[in-house]
Amino acid sequence: MNNWFKSGTPWVWLNAGAVSISLVMVVGLLLMIAVNGLGHFWPQAVIEFEHRTGEGAEPERVIGEVSRSETMTAAAMREAGYEVPEGQDVVVRHLVKRGNRDVTGRDFVWYIEDAMGEWRYPEDILVLERTTWGDFFGYLREFRSNGEVIGEGRAARDAFETRLPESLAITREIQQIERFDIGNVNFQMEQLRLQRRALERNPELADAEREERLAELTAQRDELQAQYRELESRRNELRSQVRGFSLLMETMEGETREISMADVVSAWYPNDMSVAQKMGHYVRSFWDFISGFPREANTEGGILPAIFGTVLMVIIMSIVVTPFGVLAAIYLREYARQGPLVRTIRISVNNLAGVPSIVFGVFGLGFFVYFVGGGIDRMFYADALPAPTFGGPAIIWASLTLALLTLPVVIVSTEEGLTRIPSTIRQGSLALGATKAETLWRIIVPLSAPAMMTGLILAVARAAGEVAPLMLVGVVKLAPSLPVDSNFPYLHLDRAFMHLGFHIFDVGFQSPNVEAGRPLVYATALILVLLIIVLNVTAISIRNHLREKYKSDSD
Amino acid sequence: MEVRDLKLYYGNDQALKGINMMIPKGRITAFIGPSGCGKSTLLRCMNRMNDLIDTARIEGEILLDGGNIYDPKVDVAELRRRVGMVFQKPNPFPKSIYENVAYGLRLQGVKNRRILDEVVEKSLKRAALWDEVKDRLHENAFGLSGGQQQRLVIARAVAIEPEVLLLDEPASALDPLATLKIEELMFELKEEYTIVIVTHNMQQAARVSDYTAFMYLGELVEYADTDTLFTTPAKKQTEDYITGRYG
Repeated sequence: MNNWFKSGTPWVWLNAGAVSISLVMVVGLLLMIAVNGLGHFWPQAVIEFEHRTGEGAEPERVIGEVSRSETMTAAAMREAGYEVPEGQDVVVRHLVKRGNRDVTGRDFVWYIEDAMGEWRYPEDILVLERTTWGDFFGYLREFRSNGEVIGEGRAARDAFETRLPESLAITREIQQIERFDIGNVNFQMEQLRLQRRALERNPELADAEREERLAELTAQRDELQAQYRELESRRNELRSQVRGFSLLMETMEGETREISMADVVSAWYPNDMSVAQKMGHYVRSFWDFISGFPREANTEGGILPAIFGTVLMVIIMSIVVTPFGVLAAIYLREYARQGPLVRTIRISVNNLAGVPSIVFGVFGLGFFVYFVGGGIDRMFYADALPAPTFGGPAIIWASLTLALLTLPVVIVSTEEGLTRIPSTIRQGSLALGATKAETLWRIIVPLSAPAMMTGLILAVARAAGEVAPLMLVGVVKLAPSLPVDSNFPYLHLDRAFMHLGFHIFDVGFQSPNVEAGRPLVYATALILVLLIIVLNVTAISIRNHLREKYKSDSD
Repeated sequence: MEVRDLKLYYGNDQALKGINMMIPKGRITAFIGPSGCGKSTLLRCMNRMNDLIDTARIEGEILLDGGNIYDPKVDVAELRRRVGMVFQKPNPFPKSIYENVAYGLRLQGVKNRRILDEVVEKSLKRAALWDEVKDRLHENAFGLSGGQQQRLVIARAVAIEPEVLLLDEPASALDPLATLKIEELMFELKEEYTIVIVTHNMQQAARVSDYTAFMYLGELVEYADTDTLFTTPAKKQTEDYITGRYG
C-alpha cells in the first residue's frame, strides 16, 4: 500500500479523474443545450385522444403535441389532489401542447396517462404558426375567398396548399415595407422635425431667411409624407390580397374558427410528412429562427436582432479595447520606471479583472450614459431634448463598459508577451542604431502580436457572455430598429440593442408563457455558445497566422 | 579608438578599474581573460550598450576619431551605427533573411529597392553566406543553422558600414567548422574594419588577432601585439593564464 502511494499512481488517477469530470461536464452541458434547442424545430407528431374527465361524464377530445412526460409516485399525485386507484404505485403523466391559446386560454396541460384513450395520429391535422396567439392545431374544413367557399375537406387542403406560398411571399413583403421602408421614412421625418426645431430656436436668423428655410423643410416633409402614403397604400393593397383568403378550422372542442391567411406564418400537416419533408421543414424553421425578428413578447419568431447586437457590440468593444490595452501595456512594461508605483498599478489592474461585472455596469450608467452621454446631448443634440440621443441606453456605452471590463485581460497578456521576448533581440536592434521607439515598433510589437491576440480572445470570450452590466447601459428587451441601417450615418451608435444573453434571461424568466419559451431558451443559448465559438475560432486563427509569420525561439 | 581611464560601476561594485588602451585602426584586437574579468563589459562600453543597464555608472572616456563617445551631445543611435556589435548567441530578427540584412538601412530611411538589393547581396557575400542563402532570401531567418545565423548577424552589422565591429565571443555557441568560417571571415573583414573581439578561446585569439589584451578582475594586466604576448609575456599572471596554469 505504502509503495503504491510512493509510486505516484494515485496522483495520476486523481488528475485523470479531475480531467474526465471536467470533460464530462462540458460535453454534457453542450449536449443538453444542443438536444433541447435543436429538437424544437423538428415537426413533432400531433396526437388526438379522448380524455375521460370523470365517472359518467362525456370524454373530451384533445389534440396536441406531447412536449414532455414524467413518471410520478402515486403518493405524490394523491397529495397533489389527483385520484389514483389503490394498489397503483406510479402514475405517468404527459404535458400536452394544445396550442389554440385564443380559444382555450391554456396551451400547455398535464394529462394522466390512465385517463387518456388510445393515441391516434390523424393525417389531416393541420398546424398553423400564426403571427399572434401562437400555434393553432385543428382540422381544415373550408377554404374561403372573400367569404365564398372555394373548397371543402380535401379540396380545401389542395386549394390552401397552392395558395400558401404566394400568401407567405406577400406577407413577407408587407413586413419588409413596414419594418424597413416605412421605418426609413419615419427616421427622415424625425430628422426633419429636429431641423425644424433647431431653426425655430435659432435667435440669430433673420425672419425672412427663417421663413424661407421653413418653407424648404415643409416641402421636404410633404414629399416624405407623399412617400409614406404611397408605401401605405401599397401595403394596404398587399394586405387585402392576403386578407381575402381565410381558413375555417375545426378545433378539438368541435367548434369552428375562421383564420385569415394574413395571420399565417407557416403551416404543415405533421402526421402526413415524409422524412425528407420534415427535414425541409426543420431547416426552414431553424433558418427563420436565426434570420427572423421576434414576435409575441420574444417567445416566438427569430433572434436576428439579438445575434446582430451581440456581434456588433463585441466588434466595437474589440476595436476600442485593443489599442488602449496594448498601449497601456507597452507603457507599463517598456517606458515606465519599474518601481513601487508601477507595481501598485499592475496589481490594481489585475484586481480590476476581479471586480463584479455589475459594478462596471453601474459605473457605465453613471459615467458613460448620464455624464458623457448627457453632455453630448446638451452640446450637440439639444434640439431633441428632453428625449435623449446619447444620454440613454446605447450600444456605444455598452461596448465601452465592456471594453473597460476586459481591459485588464488585454493589458496582462500583452505584458506577458512583451516580457517573453528575449533581450538579445532588443539589443541586436539597438546595436544596429535603432532608437528605442524604432525597436519597439519594428521588432517588439510584431513579435508580441500573438500575445495581444490571446488577450483579445480572452476579452471577446468574456464580453460575449456578459449580461449583467449591459442591462444598465444599453440592452433592451425589444429594440425597434437595428443599430445598422440604410440611413446616414448607417451605424447608429446611439441606439439601444438586443443581446443573446439578455434574450435568454428575458424569454426564460420574464415571459408570460414559460412552457412556450423553454425550447427557445435552449435554442438561443445554443446560438450564443456557437457565436462565441465562431468569434474565438476566428481570433485564434488570426493569432496562429501571426505566430507563423513571426516565428521565433520565444514561443 | 582610445580608452582613457575608464571606470565602470554596477551599483557599488566596480567592474572596470581604470582601463587605458589604444585600439589600432584596421586591425583585430582580442580581449582574453577568465570569466567575470570585465572584458565583455569593456566591449559593451565601446558602443554604449551598458546604457541599457540602469545601475551601471561610467567614468572616464572613450575616444572615437578624437571625439568622446560619452559626451552628452552624442547621439547614441548614430554612435551605434558607427560601432556595430555581434553578440555571443546568434540573434536574428523574426523576419526574412533579406529583411534582417536590410533592417539597418531601412532604419536610415532607405526605401529604394535597387540599393537594398545591392547592399543585401554585398553584405551576405562579405559574410560568406550568399551562396548558401541566395535562393531563399525571403524565408524566415530562423530556418538557418546556428553558424549561418551568426554569419547572418555579421552581415546585418556589416550592411550599415560601421567603422568598428565589436564581436562578443562570436563563436562560443558554434561547432568547430562554423567557428573556422567565422575566423576566416574576420580575416577578410579586417581589411576594412577595426575589429575588437572578446574570446574565451586562447588559440582563437592567437590565430586571428594582431593585438591581444589580457584582463583580470577589471584591470588590464597586459596589452601587446599578439606574438609578443603569447611567446614572451611580460607579466607572470599572463604567462600562468595562457599556459593554462591559472587557477
